Amino acid sequence: MSKGKFGVHGGQFVPETLMNAVNELEKAYNHYKNDPEFIEELDTLMKEYAGRPSELYYAEKMTKELGGAKIYLKREDLNHTGSHKINNVLGQVLLAKKMGKKRVIAETGAGQHGVATATVAAFMNMECDVYMGKVDTDRQALNVYRMKLLGAKVHPITTGTQTLKDAVNEALREWTARVEDTHYVLGSVMGPHPFPTIVRDFQSVIGKEVKQQILEKEGKLPDVVMACVGGGSNAMGIFYDFINDKDVKLIGCEAAGLGVDNPKNAATVANGSLGIFHGMKSYFCQDEYGQIAPVYSISAGLDYPGIGPEHANLHDTGRAKYVPITDEEAVNAFEYLSRTEGIIPAIESSHAVAYALKLAPKMSKDQIIVINLSGRGDKDVAAIARYRGEDIYE
Amino acid sequence: MSKIKDAFKNGKAFIPFLTAGDPNLDVTKELILAMDKSGADIIEIGIPFSDPVAEGIVIQQADERALSAGTTTDKIFNMVKEVSPKCNCALAFMTYINPIYVYGVDKFLENCSKCGISAVIVPDVPFEEKAELAPACEKFGIDLISLIAPTSKDRIETIAKEAQGFLYCVSSMGVTGVRSKITTNIGEMIATVKKVSDIPCAVGFGISTPKQAEDMVKYADGVIVGSAIVKIIAQYGENSVEPVSEYVKSMKDAIR
Repeated sequence: MSKGKFGVHGGQFVPETLMNAVNELEKAYNHYKNDPEFIEELDTLMKEYAGRPSELYYAEKMTKELGGAKIYLKREDLNHTGSHKINNVLGQVLLAKKMGKKRVIAETGAGQHGVATATVAAFMNMECDVYMGKVDTDRQALNVYRMKLLGAKVHPITTGTQTLKDAVNEALREWTARVEDTHYVLGSVMGPHPFPTIVRDFQSVIGKEVKQQILEKEGKLPDVVMACVGGGSNAMGIFYDFINDKDVKLIGCEAAGLGVDNPKNAATVANGSLGIFHGMKSYFCQDEYGQIAPVYSISAGLDYPGIGPEHANLHDTGRAKYVPITDEEAVNAFEYLSRTEGIIPAIESSHAVAYALKLAPKMSKDQIIVINLSGRGDKDVAAIARYRGEDIYE
Repeated sequence: MSKIKDAFKNGKAFIPFLTAGDPNLDVTKELILAMDKSGADIIEIGIPFSDPVAEGIVIQQADERALSAGTTTDKIFNMVKEVSPKCNCALAFMTYINPIYVYGVDKFLENCSKCGISAVIVPDVPFEEKAELAPACEKFGIDLISLIAPTSKDRIETIAKEAQGFLYCVSSMGVTGVRSKITTNIGEMIATVKKVSDIPCAVGFGISTPKQAEDMVKYADGVIVGSAIVKIIAQYGENSVEPVSEYVKSMKDAIR
């Protein structure tokens, strides 16, 4: 029987070699998620190592300039390692350790998940290998060196489109080869069950905190919660606790690259169709024969041809809305937030900021938008400079 | 009895693999006919996929070559339709679930049946997900081949009980590709199968030499060879018919 379904999406479409591993992972997770010792250990790490809770910051200047809804930024960029990725990695590596694994592997696009995995592997004494497309090792060179510094081995992938999709392929292949002693720390709410559920649960701390923080500050829930979506982990993390609050609009911002009508985009909900890939049934950018499309985005972290199965279901049911944001809009938002609030957002998170720039002025002053600022933009500075025609050395 | 099970009736079966459209579909057609003549009992025809996660680098590159040559599922069906009436052996497709799912599961399996395909092997559809394909396979009389791996352990019996055609025994951890040594206890794996089912067992992944094939058929009912053949095709391209025929003969002779 197929497991881990979200509507028609999800499942466990992996080679037989991995089936016992995903089943063992599910069993271990179901045990440890209710184990008081595990919960306390993870809680302490989240507080003392990752620096949680992250602040919910009122972007007053931005709010006033846009003249509409009140804008709050959930500051996941202030976490240790600079993004929300650490939440999931702490959970998964701790779980892997309890399961007796000696080694962790990870895929990475922008490098944030790779850095987070290398970081946690370092202090938990695990061997660590990270798979990253060659295009991404080039455009995110700083993160590659950070991972090396942390003791991880980075494998540049030269097959296919040499981006996140190909990094996932290679991590899956490597997991098949060494499944006995290795845990695959999947970085997003995607892949075969139980990953979409595990990653969502570890990331759902974001939405839980937001709810508490906004009630303290405003005494009411926000009108809109928005986040960027590649695979969709930061979005799922901030959405999850609000799914039953029907008056809170949930908006995911996809990477439209050069535009949804241009082949160079990665807007899966806008342009994709139902398929089965990377272990899950969901929406994918692909051709009529089911060949996965070579997608594109300026943002390495959103440069992925699929979307997590729970998002696909939130789209089907209409509970969340997904909007495309182009490279140009994201870069403008990157620059806008830097000069307006003194916060340099990751180019991924800038996709969410970009949509807020469009939406906030159309909303009334008593309404509230919460943007998940999923990561910081230091890693992107050189790439944005190049985008603007300035050649700088990192 | 299915054409697949028939393939195991006269001694040990040799099952070569090739990627359709590598280097082009005309050569694939010639290669299929040549393999059939050279003693293949079942030919596994790979439908190339952009992201073949169960394949090692050799077959990944073959898929890339085939796709950049403009190979599509429809063109492959046309090629198979022409070639299958001339083949004595059974033909099977090997591909991933996405090309089948997006093409339309019913339409795909109906075309398989019309073109003379007897079985499909889909490595990213494990036992738990086989409802995606099984009803349509049943409807159009196509065997859905099950796989077992060195990590399957307590799953072997469950899978074997419902297996159709033959059981694909994955010899090694990891992806497809030539290996100098196979360390899995194949004998034990197959003995577990035979406790619950008389399904023929064919071993694949890593096998390239006649000696390895000979060792495997001590326990198995057949051997599957992919990467070693794809390597020959990669090396000789349009001139690969001759060397592939010779290779297939030598492998079949080794297990006779």
